[in-house]
Amino acid sequence: MEDTEDLIELCLLMGKIMQQNGAETYRVEDTMTRIAQSFGRDESQSYVTPTGIMFTISPGAHAKLVRVSARETNLEKVNLANNVSRKIASGELSTQAAYKELRTIETSPTDYSMRMQIIAATLASGFFTIMFQGSWYDFLPACLAGGLGFIALINFIRLFEIKFVAEFVASLLIGFTAFSLFSFGIGKEVDKIVIGSIMPLVPGLLITNAVRDLMAGHLISGLAKGAEAFLTAFAIGAGIAVMFALF
Amino acid sequence: MLIEYAIASFFASAAFGIIYQAPRNTIIKCGLVGMIGWVIYISLVWGEVDSVPATLTASFVIAMVSQMLARINKTPMIIFSVPGIIPLVPGSLAYDAMRNFVQNDYSAAISIAAKAFMISGAIAFGLVFSEVLNQIIKKIRQTKAQMR
Repeated sequence: MEDTEDLIELCLLMGKIMQQNGAETYRVEDTMTRIAQSFGRDESQSYVTPTGIMFTISPGAHAKLVRVSARETNLEKVNLANNVSRKIASGELSTQAAYKELRTIETSPTDYSMRMQIIAATLASGFFTIMFQGSWYDFLPACLAGGLGFIALINFIRLFEIKFVAEFVASLLIGFTAFSLFSFGIGKEVDKIVIGSIMPLVPGLLITNAVRDLMAGHLISGLAKGAEAFLTAFAIGAGIAVMFALF
Repeated sequence: MLIEYAIASFFASAAFGIIYQAPRNTIIKCGLVGMIGWVIYISLVWGEVDSVPATLTASFVIAMVSQMLARINKTPMIIFSVPGIIPLVPGSLAYDAMRNFVQNDYSAAISIAAKAFMISGAIAFGLVFSEVLNQIIKKIRQTKAQMR
């Protein structure tokens, strides 16, 4: 009996880690079912949404629920969780050992330092400006605006705990930097600078995942992700819009 | 210049790999996947293909390449496909739509927003289509193996 409880906890933790870090909904469900299968439980059922996961090991047994409150994209954690599920499938790990390993993955710090992520966002902004047919004159202003916006985003998320406010403030800052640099004569096309520098904030993954989930039949997940993407896009757009009105 | 866009999209996708915390040894491959996708997209657009089918083709190729890389590296496919499709995401259209909304040009805004929606649909469709194709190939292989 205790074993069963351990197995349920293991499946839920696996699902939670995957869902929190940006795995697709169908993959989360698939992985949970497969873990149960590799311990000889063929009739498990899972129901995964972006905000919570329900799981029951066999029909008629009690169901357990885990809440997913914050979502981000951390592909390394998805990869590590996937490795654990591979090892379980090949019979290398017991429930307890797998659970312990997942716990370490869940609490492990991120692989890249904050500074490195900021540098990446800075460069990404500049190169996106080039990709959207901006000129190299716009490269540096876009880097500056995008980098500042990203710094604002990660700091304000900690401060407000409401993602959309942080995104709004970050895009305000991006708009302000881009437009004021432009009014000092730095940069050629202010549109391209703004487009490039908001790219690190744009919910591209969410929009695509939302449509994909809808197509795969995960209607609730798709609509929920779509709503989240819409709110983020709206926050960014509103921030830029305020700056448009001011300048 | 195609080479300029190729370089820019390589670094942009690799940088997104870092922002999305992809494993260190996959960053360069993330950049390459993004570069392949963007080069296909921009060449099609320059060849006067509409941006929706161009996006569909590019995202289909990105998904195929990601699946191949995922099988070689034994990682989930999204590690490569997510940074790879980021260049295709209609961020600039969404921005244009928003700008037109703010300037009270609603009809332009709505039509641009519809285009942005179509393009995100095309990205998703390309991903799903390649996955379906992959499953069909897998099934054919399995049945062939059973026949023997």
